[in-house]
Amino acid sequence: MEKDKNFIVGVFGDHDILLGAVKKVREEGIKIYEVFNPYPVHHLEDALGYKRSKMPVAAFFFGLTGTTCAILMQVLMMGVDWPMIIGGKSFIAVPDFVPVTFEMTVLFAAFGMVGTFLFTRDLKPYKIPRVFDRRSTDDKHIMAIDIADNKKSPEEIKSLLQEVKAEEVYDKEFTNEENSGSFINYVIDLFTNGVTSSSRQLN
Amino acid sequence: MQIVSQVREPLITGGKTYKDITNDISRHVEAAPNKRWLAAVAVSLTLLVAGGYFMADMLWNGIGRWGLNKTVGWAWDITNFVWWVGIGHAGTLISAILLLFRQKWRTSINRAAEAMTIFAVICAAIWPIAHMGRPWLGAYWALPLPNTFGSLWVNFNSPLLWDVFAISTYFSVSLVFWYIGLIPDFATIRDRATSKIGRLAYGMLSFGFDGSAKTWMHYESVSLILAGLSTPLVLSVHTIVSFDFATSVIPGWHTTIFPPYFVAGAIFSGFAMVLTLMLITRHVYKLQDYITMEHIEMMNIIILVTGSIVGIAYITEFFIAWYSGVQYEQFAFVNRMTGPYWWAYWSMMTCNVVSPQLFYIKKIRTNIAWTFFLSIVVNIGMWFERFVIIVTSLHRDYLPSSWAYFTPTIYDIMCYVFTFGVFFTFFFLFAKFFPVINMAEVKAVLKDSDTKVYKGRVTISDDYVPEEDRVKEVESV
Repeated sequence: MEKDKNFIVGVFGDHDILLGAVKKVREEGIKIYEVFNPYPVHHLEDALGYKRSKMPVAAFFFGLTGTTCAILMQVLMMGVDWPMIIGGKSFIAVPDFVPVTFEMTVLFAAFGMVGTFLFTRDLKPYKIPRVFDRRSTDDKHIMAIDIADNKKSPEEIKSLLQEVKAEEVYDKEFTNEENSGSFINYVIDLFTNGVTSSSRQLN
Repeated sequence: MQIVSQVREPLITGGKTYKDITNDISRHVEAAPNKRWLAAVAVSLTLLVAGGYFMADMLWNGIGRWGLNKTVGWAWDITNFVWWVGIGHAGTLISAILLLFRQKWRTSINRAAEAMTIFAVICAAIWPIAHMGRPWLGAYWALPLPNTFGSLWVNFNSPLLWDVFAISTYFSVSLVFWYIGLIPDFATIRDRATSKIGRLAYGMLSFGFDGSAKTWMHYESVSLILAGLSTPLVLSVHTIVSFDFATSVIPGWHTTIFPPYFVAGAIFSGFAMVLTLMLITRHVYKLQDYITMEHIEMMNIIILVTGSIVGIAYITEFFIAWYSGVQYEQFAFVNRMTGPYWWAYWSMMTCNVVSPQLFYIKKIRTNIAWTFFLSIVVNIGMWFERFVIIVTSLHRDYLPSSWAYFTPTIYDIMCYVFTFGVFFTFFFLFAKFFPVINMAEVKAVLKDSDTKVYKGRVTISDDYVPEEDRVKEVESV
């Protein structure tokens, strides 16, 4: 079985059921590919065994860079490159440098962290996401299990998912195109074939 | 697991399901623009174009078009700047400070409030740029750029320069915070889109967000840190704005109480503007189940608290002016109250100090019409506050021979109207094309807050949650 192509998808309607299901499925030794939620579910990352996010660390170091840049900029401009007496203050008037230093720390930390987030999660305007089930951004929680990752037979996995109260269980197969979606091909396809079956009726 | 309060009203009423939330909010984005919306945009565009004409004339001919004179060198320009920046404080306050305090009621209003923040800061930024007179040279005056004079740098000792850094940081960080919040909702709209353009446009706006648990985990972390960064940021911005005045030696400006007093005033006027806009949006989009009376009452209480802080600050200023024994300081304040601008002073006192006290009465703070009326009164009062601080402190300076009176010209008025045009045009575009309520965050608080979902709550499979944390049974709310 080829990796990243054939999945079993379980659909859950309630996040508490999902949390229980994730725990049970993992206890049975089944590797969960990923869970997709319409909103953040607390404790889910623990249930899935993910390590804590390192975003705060990124923010700290970007912030530190901002502080350093701000202090260097002000000291070099005001104290070294063109010293001027302003209001009888010393050339390097430290208290006056506090506001700009603070603002630049926040600016660097915020942009650096968000940039890290977008980069590490590969979020960009021309990204074509691989959507398992379009309801996962609406009202359903989707659990995807890669068949190639698991030794258990698809039938066993499916019956287990039903046992843990999945509302629906079905197979999902991705084509090569869907797996590495190119933006250009996506746009061409969208405008030649239209918004096809993957789109649901509004209700 | 949440602790269920039996006392608090549910945050979202009407027995909404997750799907209802998606439908109720996305519906307005997907529907074709209706006549009411077009009419509203037409009005705001009229303000924009009419004001824009006067703004362009002013930029071409110079700030002599305004009613400034050699004594009063700052008047409506900086008044409007401070007023708009103040309004721009509520959004980040709601999304950042209330997030840190785990105030879940913020989820229904944070999106629109943040949008309002961004548009208000844009309007604010117009003023310092416009008042430079030759704004095309402004980059050299405001930014640390090397120039032809052998790199004579900007003056980092000046609060006006701190302002440049504060406002631009505040704007860009608020924009990022707002956009990060929008990404999951754009993904929701993308996945519902039935039109090709909608699918493509919202697909690009959503940055390919797929809602995977790992992304959500990092996303939550990013939101929390952004909130942590924005909290001191929002407090610093109006502090630095107040330094523009407080670090000068003008009686009436040279006051150490300015930073906290300006920040409280900013939150006060920001919440008033949020209420003005949200009450209209709530009515037009029929969002009564999302922005409930509970939300309105909460905001009114914040207005009451910050309004009282502002009132105390006014009185403290007077006390300190008397207590200091400095006759210039005393004159500035007595002149404020009884001088030629007495009408501005008493308008400010009535609107900002007296009117919010009405919110002590529960009937008034839970009444839509009263809330709407008072939210506008508060913003008028806050405009007068800045006018009083700026103009009355300047118009009678040290030499009685140079005493003057400032009267606005049509250019003062229409340039102000221009910023209203900018603000409302942006806001109406936002209300039409972007989801006005943060769907993902509302869904996240729904289960703990909604009556219907409560009763149907599943507890049997809750076995990930430790035994002592589980909610066994919820009878009623």
